[in-house]
Amino acid sequence: MDFSLSTDQKEMKELALKFAKNEMIPHSQDYDEKGKFPDEIFKKAWELGLINTCIPAEYGGSGFTSLDSVIISEALAYGCMGMNTAFMANDLALLPIVIGGSDEQKKKFLTPFTQEFRIASFCLTEPGNGSDAGGIKTSIKDGGDHWILNGEKMWITNAGYAHLFVVYGTTDTALKHKGICALVVDPKSEGVHIGKKEDKMGHRASDTRGVTFQNVKVPKENMLGKPGEGWGIAMSTLDHSRPLVASSALGGSQRALDLSISYAKERQQFGVPIAKHQAIQFMIAEMGMKVEAARLLVHKAAWMCDQGVRNTEIASYAKAFASDSCMQITTDAVQIYGGYGYSKEYPVEKLMRDAKLIQIYEGTSQIQRLVMARELLK
Amino acid sequence: MNIFVCVKQVPDTETKIVPTADGSFIETSSIKWIMNPYDEFAVEQALLVKQSNPAANVTVLRVGSVKDTEALRTAMAMGADDAFLVEAADNLDSYSIAKALKGAIEKTGKKPDLILAGKQAIDDDCLQVPQVLAEMLNLPSVSVIVGFELAGATVKVKREVEGGALEVYEMSTPCVLACNKGLNTPRYASLPGIMKAKKKPMAQHSLADVGVSDADRRVKYSQFKLPPEKPAGKKFDATDAAKQKEVVSQVVGLLRTEAKVI
Amino acid sequence: MANVLVFTEVHDGKVKPVTLEILGKLAGQSADVAVFGDLGADQVAELAKHGAQNVHKLKGANLDKYSPEGYSNALAEFIKSKSYDYVFGGATSMGKDLLPRLATKFNAGLASDVVNFIFEGGTFAGTRPLFAGKCLAKVEVTGPKPHFVSIRPNALGMTANPTAGAGTAADVNANAGDIRAAIKDIIKAASTKVDLTEANIIVTGGRAMKNAENFKILEQMADVIGATVGASRAAVDSGFAPHAMQVGQTGKTVAPSLYIACGVSGAIQHLAGMRTSKVIVAINSDPDAPIFTKADYGIVGDLFQIVPIMTEEFKKLLGK
Repeated sequence: MDFSLSTDQKEMKELALKFAKNEMIPHSQDYDEKGKFPDEIFKKAWELGLINTCIPAEYGGSGFTSLDSVIISEALAYGCMGMNTAFMANDLALLPIVIGGSDEQKKKFLTPFTQEFRIASFCLTEPGNGSDAGGIKTSIKDGGDHWILNGEKMWITNAGYAHLFVVYGTTDTALKHKGICALVVDPKSEGVHIGKKEDKMGHRASDTRGVTFQNVKVPKENMLGKPGEGWGIAMSTLDHSRPLVASSALGGSQRALDLSISYAKERQQFGVPIAKHQAIQFMIAEMGMKVEAARLLVHKAAWMCDQGVRNTEIASYAKAFASDSCMQITTDAVQIYGGYGYSKEYPVEKLMRDAKLIQIYEGTSQIQRLVMARELLK
Repeated sequence: MNIFVCVKQVPDTETKIVPTADGSFIETSSIKWIMNPYDEFAVEQALLVKQSNPAANVTVLRVGSVKDTEALRTAMAMGADDAFLVEAADNLDSYSIAKALKGAIEKTGKKPDLILAGKQAIDDDCLQVPQVLAEMLNLPSVSVIVGFELAGATVKVKREVEGGALEVYEMSTPCVLACNKGLNTPRYASLPGIMKAKKKPMAQHSLADVGVSDADRRVKYSQFKLPPEKPAGKKFDATDAAKQKEVVSQVVGLLRTEAKVI
Repeated sequence: MANVLVFTEVHDGKVKPVTLEILGKLAGQSADVAVFGDLGADQVAELAKHGAQNVHKLKGANLDKYSPEGYSNALAEFIKSKSYDYVFGGATSMGKDLLPRLATKFNAGLASDVVNFIFEGGTFAGTRPLFAGKCLAKVEVTGPKPHFVSIRPNALGMTANPTAGAGTAADVNANAGDIRAAIKDIIKAASTKVDLTEANIIVTGGRAMKNAENFKILEQMADVIGATVGASRAAVDSGFAPHAMQVGQTGKTVAPSLYIACGVSGAIQHLAGMRTSKVIVAINSDPDAPIFTKADYGIVGDLFQIVPIMTEEFKKLLGK
């Protein structure tokens, strides 16, 4: 058993952190305030090989392991959780292709992402179906030589900028999970309507929109797997994506911890730095403990993926623990900063706003607990 | 075309510096080493030259300890072709380092066309090595450059001097140039670049191999200590608008009568 | 007693103040001065007042403008004709470029950027900051003589009552030799202000300046007291000021007699660049700003109100 990172992983982490500190942190407040999409920063990160970490080497990717991916993602989230949501959404959308696509589909859809800078969106959630993903209504009908797609999707990250959508729909709602299919859709297809950008509490740099599909014709060869295999692909995607999303929370937590430590040493009250006060020490100790525990869970969940071991239970632990901890840690960071922490002049209030979303998306903390209980009690 | 870039490995700017108990140097065991920031401009300039002269070879040189080869690996990951490391203590003086760099260049057997370095290393801040190396190699040099143009064998550089004025120099290669911030924007070492760098050759030699001995030391440091803490200053409250004039007048008066600085 | 040569630069017909600082501190040693080109009688007298015995005016072809090779060749030839134990110069733009080359012509060592020194039985022992001022060390030079030393401007300060020297001025025929790297042109900076690293007084603005436009209130104060305006990294990063104005770890390291920080919080990176300032005044609305822990005189209040009042007070004090 070895908890240390490999030399390669240390270098990945160092590059991603350097990028986060030089290219993301100096701009994160501005992008947050204006709700600007970080396309230039996104592209720069892509040029450095920090994006689309899920693409296998045989399709032009770097051949990173899941563990590599979470290490990079944590560092990028350290720079800005909101921007990292935009970055990560590419992996979320490409993972179903990696998992469920044929060799031909992988060549066709994945390789272009390694040759030029491209953005992707994962379209699962609907206005009426969030946690109950199995109940999706978006319909996929056989139109002879193509599929016909109709329906409405909600909270679609990167929707306004995407070159590729992966859309989940059903051939028959009565079939429930068994009717679910995944289609690769060109966002420029006729009948695709992209809604206006949502005005969100946090992750304001990421572009979130509703998308409507009206009689959209999708080539037959764009279905991942066979009809009805969509649910399996979606669930398997989650096993890969949950550690990734959890690593984003971890990056935000680490940033909140680092900021709290430096501020606590700098800020004087009652004639001493507040770091000398036990009340502050306890909060910082709690933060450190949670960051370390979350990292162990995230790394283990990713490592299991790499070993080909089913990680559903651990991935849910990682996602729920890392995001719940991030909420607590960033809230405490604001507390340590006091009045300044509540002000937008300092970076911690943004961390607290950003933390909240990670408890919600990619399976709420409550859904994670249902998954855990199901796994534990089966 | 042979381009040599001299880099140094220095403590990360955020590192806390602690003198050793005997004051002979600083504690180096827990230091995070990085490439000297000014050297990044030198590496970048070399790579820019290589971009327009694809046949050019960029060799990166370093004299220092082998505990960590961060600076050389970073330079190669950015795009340098090969590296040459001379193993030495981290507290070598400028003269010995320059002599070792000269020995290293000679040992490669390549005739230098361009030798680039950062204008200063942020550890000992001596600003000596590039000029000393140039003198040892009997080459022209310009330090603190913020502009660079190469046309054939003619180099035109801008040197930043006091007050922000720029001196424009022209010379023929080979020459030694010491680079300053503002010259270019150093690229990142990309992840594929980092992986490729592992396969690039790195020669490793001792000081003796490049003809340097203890007798070459010219500057000795001792009694390393933290700078003295100043006594507590005087703080005046001028948040009340009515008291501002009185407070400011008092402080300005003290600057003349007590501090004697105006 | 050591035989010392102090190389001086001339700016607008005047020797640079660092030369006088060095001469004053060299009391007890025998000190000559070398300069390129002409020097007015008043300046020779000023050098004599601070202790110069002989003032050598090096004159020759291709020495009207600085070049690393021309100046080092000419000085080396001159120094070889004498027997100096030490050669001193200011750690200025020119000094930092020239002295390493010059020292190497003698295979000699150079102690750079020294902030204080003494002579013990004719032997130099200096103090200099390392690691961006995060520590200090004793510095000594060994090996062939002469030994070279560069002194950080404004670090030694002027000696109150210097011992005068003879101040005998004479021309010396100098030879620039081969100059391969020559100055073709000089592009003047937009501002005629003294460079930050040499400024005796610096007024710095931080993030609290809010925008570039507001820096004019600092310029107004700077004009009154002959200061150079600087900026913190936060202000530079926010686009309020160019990088050339940045004081700190990644900007300029300064050691003025008076440093007035306006709306600068005092991040550790900023302190690294100005902590050796003799007297620090801080103006900040946050009473807990770390800059106050370094300030000799701290004023808690709104800089937009305090700075104009201070400008007026300086005007009164200086009779402007």
